[in-house]
Amino acid sequence: MNAPTPAAATSPARRGDAIGAFLEQDYAAGFETTLDTDTVPKGLSEDIIRLISARKGEPDWLLDWRLEAYRHWLTMTPPAWAAVQFPPVDFQDIVYYSAPKSKKDGPKSLDEVDPELLRTFEKLGVPLHERARLAGVAVDAVFDSVSVATTFKKELGEHGVIFCSFSEAVKEHPELVRQYLGTVVPPGDNFYAALNSAVFSDGSFVFIPKGVKCPMELSTYFRINARDTGQFERTLIIAEEGASVSYLEGCTAPMRDENQLHAAVVELIALDDAKIKYSTVQNWYPGDKDGKGGIYNFVTKRGDCRGARSHISWTQVETGSAITWKYPSVILRGDDSVGDFHSVALTNNLQQADTGTKMIHMGRNTRSTILSKGISAGRGSNTFRGLVKVTPKAEGARNYTQCDSLLIGDRCAAHTFPTIEVRHPTAHVEHEATTSRIGEDQLFYAMQRGISAEDAVSMIVNGFCREVFKELPMEFAVEAQKLLGVSLEGSVG
Amino acid sequence: MSAIDFWLGRHRDTAAGLPGADLPWLVRLREDAIDRFADEGWPTTRRENWRHTSLAFMAQQALAVREAVAPETVVAALRARYQAARGAAQDAAQQGAKSAPQSAPGSAPELAPELAHNDGHWVVFVDGHFAPALSAIGGLPGGVRIGSLADALAQTPEKVEAAFGQAGDGEAPAALNAALAADGAWIRLARGSMVEAPIHLVFIAATAADQHLRNLVVADAGAQATIVEHYPAGAAGSTLTTAVTRVLAAQDSHVTHLKLQQEAPEAIHLATIEAEQARGAVFTSHSLSFGARLARNDIRTRLAGEGAEALLNGLYHADGRRHVDHHTRIDHARPQGTSREFYRGLLDGSARGVFTGRILVAQDAQRTDAMQRCDNLLLSRLAEADARPELEIYADDVKCAHGATVGQLDEDALFYLRSRGVDAVHARQLLTYAFAAEVLERIAHAPLRALGRAALLERLPEGARLEELL
Repeated sequence: MNAPTPAAATSPARRGDAIGAFLEQDYAAGFETTLDTDTVPKGLSEDIIRLISARKGEPDWLLDWRLEAYRHWLTMTPPAWAAVQFPPVDFQDIVYYSAPKSKKDGPKSLDEVDPELLRTFEKLGVPLHERARLAGVAVDAVFDSVSVATTFKKELGEHGVIFCSFSEAVKEHPELVRQYLGTVVPPGDNFYAALNSAVFSDGSFVFIPKGVKCPMELSTYFRINARDTGQFERTLIIAEEGASVSYLEGCTAPMRDENQLHAAVVELIALDDAKIKYSTVQNWYPGDKDGKGGIYNFVTKRGDCRGARSHISWTQVETGSAITWKYPSVILRGDDSVGDFHSVALTNNLQQADTGTKMIHMGRNTRSTILSKGISAGRGSNTFRGLVKVTPKAEGARNYTQCDSLLIGDRCAAHTFPTIEVRHPTAHVEHEATTSRIGEDQLFYAMQRGISAEDAVSMIVNGFCREVFKELPMEFAVEAQKLLGVSLEGSVG
Repeated sequence: MSAIDFWLGRHRDTAAGLPGADLPWLVRLREDAIDRFADEGWPTTRRENWRHTSLAFMAQQALAVREAVAPETVVAALRARYQAARGAAQDAAQQGAKSAPQSAPGSAPELAPELAHNDGHWVVFVDGHFAPALSAIGGLPGGVRIGSLADALAQTPEKVEAAFGQAGDGEAPAALNAALAADGAWIRLARGSMVEAPIHLVFIAATAADQHLRNLVVADAGAQATIVEHYPAGAAGSTLTTAVTRVLAAQDSHVTHLKLQQEAPEAIHLATIEAEQARGAVFTSHSLSFGARLARNDIRTRLAGEGAEALLNGLYHADGRRHVDHHTRIDHARPQGTSREFYRGLLDGSARGVFTGRILVAQDAQRTDAMQRCDNLLLSRLAEADARPELEIYADDVKCAHGATVGQLDEDALFYLRSRGVDAVHARQLLTYAFAAEVLERIAHAPLRALGRAALLERLPEGARLEELL
């Protein structure tokens, strides 16, 4: 992703304008790539699912799995409890599969990849090609539905790490996929997870074998490109005993008027002593100033600390999407397992975010930390919704939750809806939440020290989010700060 | 059976005989209310506001009294307890005054005003109806009226209409209450009036399996009063109490409400307390919930005028298989409101305690200052605590915070007490009591504080021994 537009670089004289300019930045990733795509007709039916499955050359068991999810989905209704408002989605008006047309056998090297496509990634700042090597990041870039290039596969292969597109995993490691798929988020888990299970097109697959520390950070960029296309990717990450991995996910989408649906499922599985760190910077197109267009981001993300002493950590920076509905959760099944959730969610204009986490403590001496920073600006609405559950056998469970909201402007909204359910007396559960705003006096103080109003706003916002940013891998932290329209000199870690 | 049809039948059979059955607005309201109840039914966990408390079992629940009580005995015991509490508070005050260095030797220590006068105004309801013979309302300042709703409906129906509430208010049990309530307290405080002694409302289920009470408090500008709702243990058996208390607090009025719920162990208690505060009005609610098999309190206040202040303070204790739920909501509708909310729970046995606290700050309510806390102590392996502290904020210039904890007693504190020679059992009791006492400390009225304390000690195992330690 490129740096924000110059709109913010001009320095209006008045303080109010500075905040305004900060809020009014254009969407820098809003361009569209014209590509020849291979799509299926609009709408959803068993035939479409068979078509997707056939086109991807999937085995029968996966087709059956999809069909079962679809049949279950038909019996479900969209959830209505979230604090978000939008017209009902017409699920028959969506194209469920779209793949860039490529040479018959698919690209064998980057030279074979459509140059138009590469330029798109370049504009987004994806460190593909040589830049990838310099940045030391392996990228599995998903363009609409098909993974077009995977780098560093060989190097990873030497360590026994499998990092490939989901379709490839189905072909080459069917036994692993079959063993783990749907074990964390069952196909009928919720409305959007069921939909994803029926129609998912591609995604990433990561497998870290026993005792291996993944030698580099893995990263995937998802990008919605074709018009009227929903994106339904599926990510599955498995860390065997003693393995560890850090996974980065970044998302952008071009500017469009109509609303697009994005319903992904991410499953993480950590066995004994394994560690998975999953970081997201989500910058889907949020819609324009009047709330026209934008992505509906309805995502199910869940990690399963299946083994003892396992550790799953979610870090997310949510700045995009017209509507976000997302609760990355951790099931703390193994004894002494640890779950973390660190989140920054920014809503501006008419954006709505209903996000949070669930920490389900089941094993003994499990620990979880929830740190959520919500920023509401313009007419944005930002909701933290969480659940901390301590089951009757979870002796010695410990949770600490901190949710802070920052309000910028008098027409935005910030809500906090945590739920605590404790069924074991040795549990220690704490929740704290605060709501405040950028005070005139704070701004005044910064400005009388010679700091421009716009820098002062940036500083305050960044300071507010610092605890979460420091959880992000370096490159992401930089990007996240840019995304918030802010430059914080030097001290990022 | 307590199925919906049973209540529809009850409404059909009794509506014509209820007080105010000649008032068209009330007849319509009761019909709307029963229609709403029929439509919604007993709430189940599928309703967001009832996620941790289901009343689905009510449809199969037979309500029956196994053993009736004599209401006069209950009232006498309650009044004796209050007198004892007042005595204890007086002693404590005198002792405090004596030991205070600034009190001149020889001069009689001066008592705080709330200790100096009588036991207050007692209004007793038996099986949902006003019992004048058991009541002792006593002398009242000018402009103050304390009596029964049934009488008020006969005498000043237009005043009741303004305060009665609507069929759509509250949750489904409140609708059932609106349809069936035959009586309750009617309290009118004229402009600037002040009732010094507490107004005690006593509700006894003596022989009836269900009672439905609607209490209306109308405080005009600047009026002040303390109102206590007592729900002492009544008849044994599966009984149902529904209660709705509405408080209209006009400009700069001060209304303090204390509810002491000590119903019999099999009772089901479903209550709503709703307040509406005008500019500068101060409303305080203390809810002490110690009894009943299932107790649910919906407590809501709306800060409808600028600069209003609210304090919601509560303590619950449950053991055995009992279930206690407080569902509170503070609605900041206008600027510069202040609200404080503190709830604490003690959960023993296989009991379940639920707390939901929503603070809503409207776009208009700039410069709101709201703070909420809920802390729970789990005293046994099987107890459960659920907490949902919620903030819903549409204004930017606000100071809002909430916190919730669930845990057990601090091992270090226990160790400290034991190192001082207190045995493990009593160290535990002492710390449990101290945890709960913080809530009681916020009850400003000393005799009522002492009453609450006595009620708490009654609940704690070995409370009598604990009393000696304190």
